[in-house]
Amino acid sequence: MTGPQPVEKLEVVSGKRAGAAPLIKAGDSHISDGIFHVAVLSCGLCVLALVGVIVYELITKSSLSWHAFGWKFFFRSEWDPVNEQFGAWPFVYGTVISSLLALLLAVPLAIGVAVFITEMCPRWLKGALAFTTELLAAIPSVIYGLWAIFVMVPLLREYVEPLLARYFGWTGLFEGTPYGIGMLAAGVILAIMVVPIISSITREVMTAVPQQQREAVLALGATRWEMIRTGVLRNARAGILGGVILGLGRALGETMAVTMVIGNRPEIARSLFAPGYTMASVIANEFSEATSDTYLSALVEVGLALFLVTIIVNILAQLLVWSVTRGMPARSHA
Amino acid sequence: MGVGIKVEHLNAWFGKTQALHDISIDVPANHATAVIGPSGCGKSTFVRCLNRMHETIPDARATGRVRMGELDVYNGTAAVQIRRRIGMVFQKANPFPTMSIYDNVAAGLKLNGFHDRQRLDEIVERSLKLSALWDEVKDTLRKKSGASLSGGQQQRLCIARALAVSPEVLLMDEPCSALDPISTGKIEELIFELKENFTIVIVTHNMQQASRVAEFTGFFLLGKLIEFDKTEKIFTTPSDKRTEDYITGRFG
Amino acid sequence: MPNSAQTGQFAIAPISLWRRGMNGLVTLAAALAVVLVLLPLGAIFGYLIYKGLGSINWAFLTQIPKPVGEAGGGMANAIAGSAYILAIASVMGVPIGIGAGIYLAEYGRNRFGDVIRFTADVLNGVPSIVVGIVAYGIVVLSQGHFSALAGGVALAIMMIPTITRTTEEMLLLVPNAVKEAAYGLGVSRWRTTLSITLRTATSGVITGVMLAFARVAGETAPLLFTAFGNQYWNWKMNQPTAALSLQIFTYAISPFDEWHRQAWAGALILIVLIVASVSAVRIAASRGMLKGAN
Repeated sequence: MTGPQPVEKLEVVSGKRAGAAPLIKAGDSHISDGIFHVAVLSCGLCVLALVGVIVYELITKSSLSWHAFGWKFFFRSEWDPVNEQFGAWPFVYGTVISSLLALLLAVPLAIGVAVFITEMCPRWLKGALAFTTELLAAIPSVIYGLWAIFVMVPLLREYVEPLLARYFGWTGLFEGTPYGIGMLAAGVILAIMVVPIISSITREVMTAVPQQQREAVLALGATRWEMIRTGVLRNARAGILGGVILGLGRALGETMAVTMVIGNRPEIARSLFAPGYTMASVIANEFSEATSDTYLSALVEVGLALFLVTIIVNILAQLLVWSVTRGMPARSHA
Repeated sequence: MGVGIKVEHLNAWFGKTQALHDISIDVPANHATAVIGPSGCGKSTFVRCLNRMHETIPDARATGRVRMGELDVYNGTAAVQIRRRIGMVFQKANPFPTMSIYDNVAAGLKLNGFHDRQRLDEIVERSLKLSALWDEVKDTLRKKSGASLSGGQQQRLCIARALAVSPEVLLMDEPCSALDPISTGKIEELIFELKENFTIVIVTHNMQQASRVAEFTGFFLLGKLIEFDKTEKIFTTPSDKRTEDYITGRFG
Repeated sequence: MPNSAQTGQFAIAPISLWRRGMNGLVTLAAALAVVLVLLPLGAIFGYLIYKGLGSINWAFLTQIPKPVGEAGGGMANAIAGSAYILAIASVMGVPIGIGAGIYLAEYGRNRFGDVIRFTADVLNGVPSIVVGIVAYGIVVLSQGHFSALAGGVALAIMMIPTITRTTEEMLLLVPNAVKEAAYGLGVSRWRTTLSITLRTATSGVITGVMLAFARVAGETAPLLFTAFGNQYWNWKMNQPTAALSLQIFTYAISPFDEWHRQAWAGALILIVLIVASVSAVRIAASRGMLKGAN
């Protein structure tokens, strides 16, 4: 054990040594602090500016089409670049139907996965499962599309669609030649893409439900499922709904995978076997080939509508999720 | 040599709550002054007002006059400048986790623009010797991180870091409360040696510690300074009944 | 033991078969859901390896595409192009994102900061195709041609909100005590934030940046009419440039088997790069984080 060194032996310097300049410049940092503040503030303002720029661009570049067709633009079905007649209804229809179909398939699956991972899974498996579902979210859209074209679509064409036509053809939803490519394919691939988001938010809000809630229900003699249903899911309801809506938002804006399997025909059909078109797809396919200003403007107007719808949907979803997790989790759900 | 601190009519608030009421005190140079009192009496707040750390808390403010030697702490000098002349050691040792031992001690100098390698080496060695840590770490100065030391060593590292910038005053906010008795003993020995050359103000809730290391003691209660006198007098014949009650353990 | 005479009518009945059955059924259904979800994941990775691995060879990685109809050629220019566009995007997106994150963590604990936070979250939800339209409007129209710069701008717009939020989160994890130690030494606010707070949170911030990277690396839609694609090498910032994701798309929807084969190979490379960076981030996070913010 070392005791403190006898102080006389060292050159102890405290305060100002007589005649020596202080080691540290006695400068004030107001100016440099101010510059720093301004610098990071402008970065923060950039974020705000970005939204402004996006809105500005979309509005100004779509004004031509807006003035030509007005509100009716979204309710007309005519998409004729040659004659410069544009109506976006088939795209709106396609977007809505494909997204709803995706949600129909994805929500039960996603909630099931979330419930399993949060409440039923043995501890050693939890991390691996969570990681793999998040891996699904990391796969780029174009790779989903690639796999969908060459693997999923043939499966649909050869097996699934004939089956659906045979047993459920009476609904009118499964008529016509099963090409594989079409609305059904788009809905299925979207569902696969959207499951990780809904699942991860559901897991987050389920975990946010305090343990006491679970214990209270269990103490009343409930089975595990009953505990999950009344103690967890009921409390997390708003958040789960938020997760679903967030998934909807993602589905609405999804471009590449849908473009590759939906058939890209601006038609409206009742059958899910028929090809369709979505708002994102028409932009992806036709934007770089748009020959006239009106054509381009019409596509931008479709983009503007897509932007507004996804923003509203996402805001709604965020609010719902926050209401359960209370506060702003500083995490982005990409 | 250290300088004395003269406090006049110091008041401090956290938002709307007043934490210090009209404190006036003369902290003598080159001595250790202990600040004692029950929890919540404002002793930490008082000490943090001396080097303007109090104002780093949002919505906190202070009024009054604090003079350190010739320097007026609140008027005319930037907080940053004051803090370079007053060192502070906190309750829980807080070495910079991503820096080596050497870099930790040198941090106060390097971050304020001093980069002379040779002088830095000297100063680091001197500071570590002053805080009785040199022999234990001299071989691993640059290899080990500050956070890899034991609790008592970390606190001595923080003391070395504070001493490296050659402050005139050293403020210590319950430096031993998170440490074991052996480390506490080492640090108390240190304070004993250091006060020859620095003015030390040490906040402590341990009255025995106050009587061991400090020549002067101030007793705070509910944000007011009740009594300030030689430690000996405070602990044997206090003038105020409240002081006596605290000393004898009737409350706190 | 409760006296049965007193509690007889309240004796606990065995749990009904219906309820037990329900419990088991639901557990089964949940497990089934997991299987159904993991199936496509396995299938995708499986097919990528099955169909793509064979086509990855030195030629593929170093050659540019051959003319239509000819066999062979590779995606070297696309891989390089993706890296090039990502680099341009990073130069713009990373500093702004980190700066905004610093602002939110240090100065933004108020209403105004909340507005920025909210906006960043909203930005994260903008469809990538819309971002492409905006970048087209800002860059392509004013320059008169497609370019790597336009692609970079589009990807930067997508990176910024992600990096902002993760940077903020990481900075907030740095314990207050560490910052106080710096203030106590008389270090100025800006110096403390950069040399102490940011330094302590470095591994976490890098994690966030790499996650943003991984997310935009695979994006195709925003590049469709900004970078546009290129059959040849391009290192000029204001010329159209090939990108891996674009190339995969073009080849996949083409009618040529040869191109389909190469699309799988390209996809495999892309997914390997993305998974590698996401995994590296995970590993670094579980180790680096412990080292950083104590």
